[in-house]
Amino acid sequence: MMQHNPIPNTPKVEVRRLSKMFAEPGSVKHTVALSDVSLTIGPQEIVCLLGPSGCGKSTVLRVVAGFEQASDGSVLVDGQVVTGPGPDRGVVFQEQALFPWLSIYQNIIYGPKIRNQPRETYEALADQFIGIVGLRGFEQHFPHELSGGMKQRVAIARVLMNSPEVLLMDEPFGALDAQTRSTMQEWLLAFWQTSPRAALFITHDVDEAIFLGDRVYVMTARPGSIKLERTVNLPRPRTLDMLTSHYFMDIKREILNSIRAETNAAGALPLVF
Amino acid sequence: MQVDHGVKEAALATPGQPAFLDSILLRVGLVLRALALPTVFILVWQLAAVSGYLPPRMMPSPVKVAETAFDFVLGNSNSPGAYAFSGSFAKHAWVSTLRVAQGFSLAVLAGVTLGLVLGISRTIERFVDPILQVIRPIPITAWLPLSIMWFGLGHRATLFLIFLGAFFPILINTVTGVKIVDRRLIEAAEMLGTRRGQLFYRILLPAALPSILAGLRIGLGFAWVCLVVGEMTGVGTGLGSAIADARELFRVDLIIVCMLLIGLIGYTSDRLVVYSLRRALRWSPTLFR
Repeated sequence: MMQHNPIPNTPKVEVRRLSKMFAEPGSVKHTVALSDVSLTIGPQEIVCLLGPSGCGKSTVLRVVAGFEQASDGSVLVDGQVVTGPGPDRGVVFQEQALFPWLSIYQNIIYGPKIRNQPRETYEALADQFIGIVGLRGFEQHFPHELSGGMKQRVAIARVLMNSPEVLLMDEPFGALDAQTRSTMQEWLLAFWQTSPRAALFITHDVDEAIFLGDRVYVMTARPGSIKLERTVNLPRPRTLDMLTSHYFMDIKREILNSIRAETNAAGALPLVF
Repeated sequence: MQVDHGVKEAALATPGQPAFLDSILLRVGLVLRALALPTVFILVWQLAAVSGYLPPRMMPSPVKVAETAFDFVLGNSNSPGAYAFSGSFAKHAWVSTLRVAQGFSLAVLAGVTLGLVLGISRTIERFVDPILQVIRPIPITAWLPLSIMWFGLGHRATLFLIFLGAFFPILINTVTGVKIVDRRLIEAAEMLGTRRGQLFYRILLPAALPSILAGLRIGLGFAWVCLVVGEMTGVGTGLGSAIADARELFRVDLIIVCMLLIGLIGYTSDRLVVYSLRRALRWSPTLFR
C-alpha cells in the first residue's frame, strides 16, 4: 500500500537504473528488454516516452504500474518501492480493456464499487465524469456499442474515478484515427489542466509527445535505455498553433533524428535499392 | 439519438407503419421461410409414397406418419392396429426429458466446476488433463456394456451415459472460456483495486460465460444423442426405448414419429438454455440466437 506523505523535492515517480529481462519459459535464454533506464516524473508533470517499436516503452510503464517486477534497479512512487498494481497509479491501455459485460456506467464506477465505497460517495462523481467525457445518454450502453474514441474516454473516466496520483497511459490514442486522436489530445490537456497530476504517456507519435509533454524522453532500440531527454518549454495551456511554431519544429527535428538513428542502427528497411 | 431513429425508419418495410406490426410480419415471414423447404420435401415424399415408388414397409407416407403421430400423442384406439403405444407420448416424453434434465444437470455441475478449476490452475491441469483427453474420444456406445455392468439395466445406466455425453463438451468449453480471458482485463481489474478472491467471480466468470454457454448447448445436444443410446439399455420407457421397440415391430412410422418428437423437444430445450442465460449475456455482440 502506498503511503501518502511525500518528501518535498522528490519526484512523484522515480525509475532508477531499471533493467528488465524476460525469460523464455522452459529455457535458460533471456531477452533483455530494458537496460539501465532512469527517468523521473514530477507531481504535476506530463512526461512522454518515445522510441522505436519494440524498444520497451510499454515495459517501463508496466513496471511502474506494478504488472511486472524489475529485474534490477528500482521504481519508486512517493519514495516507496512499487510492489503491485493499485488505483493510485491509474492505467489506460491502448485497447481500453473495458469490461464488456458491464455497462458504461458500471465500468466507470467499478473502482469505488469493488473497494466497497458507499454509493453516495461516488454516484455524483460518476455523473460528473460522464459529463466531462461527453457520454451523457450512453450510461446504459455496453462497450461493444461504442466507437474507439468513446471507449477510450470511458477508460479514462474509469481510472480518474479513483483519484489516481499518477496517470499511466500506454499509447491510448494509437488505435484512433487522426481526427479523433487530435480531438482527444486537446480534450486530455484541457481536463488535465483542471487537475494536474503526474502522468507517463507512451507514444510513438513525436508530435503528440511534444504537444502533450512537459518533458520528453527518447529511448534506444532494444535493449532499451534512455537516449535523450528534452524539456518542452511551451507555455500551458497548449494551443494547436504551437504545433507549427519554430520552437516546436526544432525539438521535433532533434527528436526525429535521434529516433531515426536508433531505427537505422537496429537494422531497418533499406532505402536505396 | 436522431441517427438511431433514421436508421429504424429505413429498416421498416413500409415507413409510417407502427413498429410492432412490422415485427409481427417479420416473424411470420421468418416462419414461412423456415417451412418452405420442409413443405416441398413432404410433398415430394407423399407423391413418391402414393405413386408406389416407396415400399410402404421401408418408408411410410407422410400421411401415415401424421396419423401415427396423432395416435401416439393423443391416443385414439380407432386407428388400425391399436397397440400399447397409443397415447403414450406423454409418458415416454416425460421420462426421457427427465432423464436428460438429470444427466445434463449433473454434467453441468461437474463440467463447469472442473472446467473452472482446470482453466485457472495450470498445475492441476497438468495432472488431470491427460487422463481426460484419453477418455474423451471413447464413444458413448463403447461405454454401454460397462455402464450396464456397473449400474445394471435401467435408469441409472442411462443417466450415466447422458452425463458422459454432456460432460466433455461442457468441460472443454469452460476451460477454453477461462483461458482466453484477455490478460488485460485481469490487469485492469487489479489496477482498479480488485482483490485476488474477487477476481474469480467478478472477472473470470463473466468473461468466460459466452464460452460456457456454447459448451452447455453442445453438451445438451450430446445429451439427447446419448439418451437414445442409453434408453436402449432396456429401460422400458422413454422415446429412445420406444424407437427400439418400434424397430422390433417393424413400425417405421413410429420410429420416424419418435425421432421427430425427440428433435422438437431437443430444440425446445436448447431454446430454454439460451433463454435462461440471455440476461447474463445481453452485453455480448454475438449473442446466440
